[in-house]
Amino acid sequence: MRKISAEKIVAAVSHLCIDSNYRMNKDLIALLKKNQQREKGRARRTIASILENIKIAEGEKIPICQDTGMVTIFLEIGNNLKINLGRYSSLSDIIQEGVRRGYKDGYLRKSIVNPLSRVNTKDNTPAIIHEKIVVGSHLKIKALIKGFGAENMAKIRMLPPDSKEEEIKIFVIDSIKEASSNPCPPVIVGIGIGGTMEKAASLAEEALLEPVMSKIEKFEKELLTEINKLNIGPAGLGGKTTASSVRIKTFPTHIAGLPVAVNISCWANRHKEIII
Amino acid sequence: MRVKKIVSPLERKEIKKLKAGDEVLLSGIIYTARDAAHKRMVKGLKRRSHSDPRAFLRKQEQGEESLFSLPFDLRGQVIYYTGPTPAPPGKIIGSCGPTTSYRMDPYTPTLLRLGLKGVIGKGDRSKEVVEAIKKYQALYFIALGGCGALYSQFVKKAGLIAYPDLGCEAILKLEVEDFPLIVGIDSYGRDIYRRKGSGLNI
Repeated sequence: MRKISAEKIVAAVSHLCIDSNYRMNKDLIALLKKNQQREKGRARRTIASILENIKIAEGEKIPICQDTGMVTIFLEIGNNLKINLGRYSSLSDIIQEGVRRGYKDGYLRKSIVNPLSRVNTKDNTPAIIHEKIVVGSHLKIKALIKGFGAENMAKIRMLPPDSKEEEIKIFVIDSIKEASSNPCPPVIVGIGIGGTMEKAASLAEEALLEPVMSKIEKFEKELLTEINKLNIGPAGLGGKTTASSVRIKTFPTHIAGLPVAVNISCWANRHKEIII
Repeated sequence: MRVKKIVSPLERKEIKKLKAGDEVLLSGIIYTARDAAHKRMVKGLKRRSHSDPRAFLRKQEQGEESLFSLPFDLRGQVIYYTGPTPAPPGKIIGSCGPTTSYRMDPYTPTLLRLGLKGVIGKGDRSKEVVEAIKKYQALYFIALGGCGALYSQFVKKAGLIAYPDLGCEAILKLEVEDFPLIVGIDSYGRDIYRRKGSGLNI
């Protein structure tokens, strides 16, 4: 049985929070550059400003965006791994300490409040944690940083079971139209189809973690083309690039329904992973 | 496209010259305020029943209202919807891009009525806000969402002036130089977002 210390996990989570906020993933930067080429006028200048912003954030070691978001952590825990808890009471405790440290040491904004009293927790915890036990002796940690300009635009609908792809398409397109400039386009669209309401929402969020430059399915391509016809464009000021990527995740569902969730990320789609 | 240089506090004749779609470089003073600060400013006004803006302004001029009402004199000023990240050591400010504006829609007409002349944010505004901008001869500027690192480069000074308990939502007074913006809604009510095919109610 492999053993790892709590401190190692705290340091990894702290690093993920800082790194996700300072440096964008290379594949998405490449995609933005590619899309810049087909734009002209203001849309082209807007993507140029976005690219300059990315460069400044990385060079100056400051966050890409002032909304350093709410953190969701996805854990894959190997069944042959033993975690020395040390002074912590649980793995969740360790993760939260990592988030706390990252947001303090990285000078990130603390945006988390009690939902009703709106009192700030002052350290950006708690993060949302999803745990999965897998075969192996590793610990994979993925961090997704979500700003609420984009998160507020998420939608879920329980469609009737006889719905065709066309109905799903209408729901997705309407969601993007309604979101308009608010989620900071060019957006990344994550779609969850099937399961229960909760499962569809999870799938839509996980879809945001998929690589953006890999080969995409026919329906994903169709939706991307339709979305980019909306002329919302970069920053909502018009143009051909309303979305950079559309990814779909599915799960079997019940005979009586078809849950569909749409999760939208801003152009930065901040997420990073690490394997210990 | 020619980029115009403008100065804040804004002057009426400069406001009238700008139209939706213009790209500008703003220098001068701007104040940060987002959700919680707006709520507190407007709630403070209502509690003290300043339904009559003239009476309010008169009292403010006489120094009677400064402690109890708005944290700064709104006349001619510009509010920036942002909640910056903490300034790292040696830096003036952290990342400071715009937050989504529609959440401030319920408060904006009241502040415009009291003399506010410009707001900076991202995203479209309600019809009521567009009307109020026209009525009170003001401007809505757009900054690019997510570009907080870029905008931090144009901030020359930053100081806390009110509501420190709100943390990142406290009101800061910023001195900016050549801060790049796009006119989103002009004083004639023209709106860059309400264009053909935008899906917005024109």
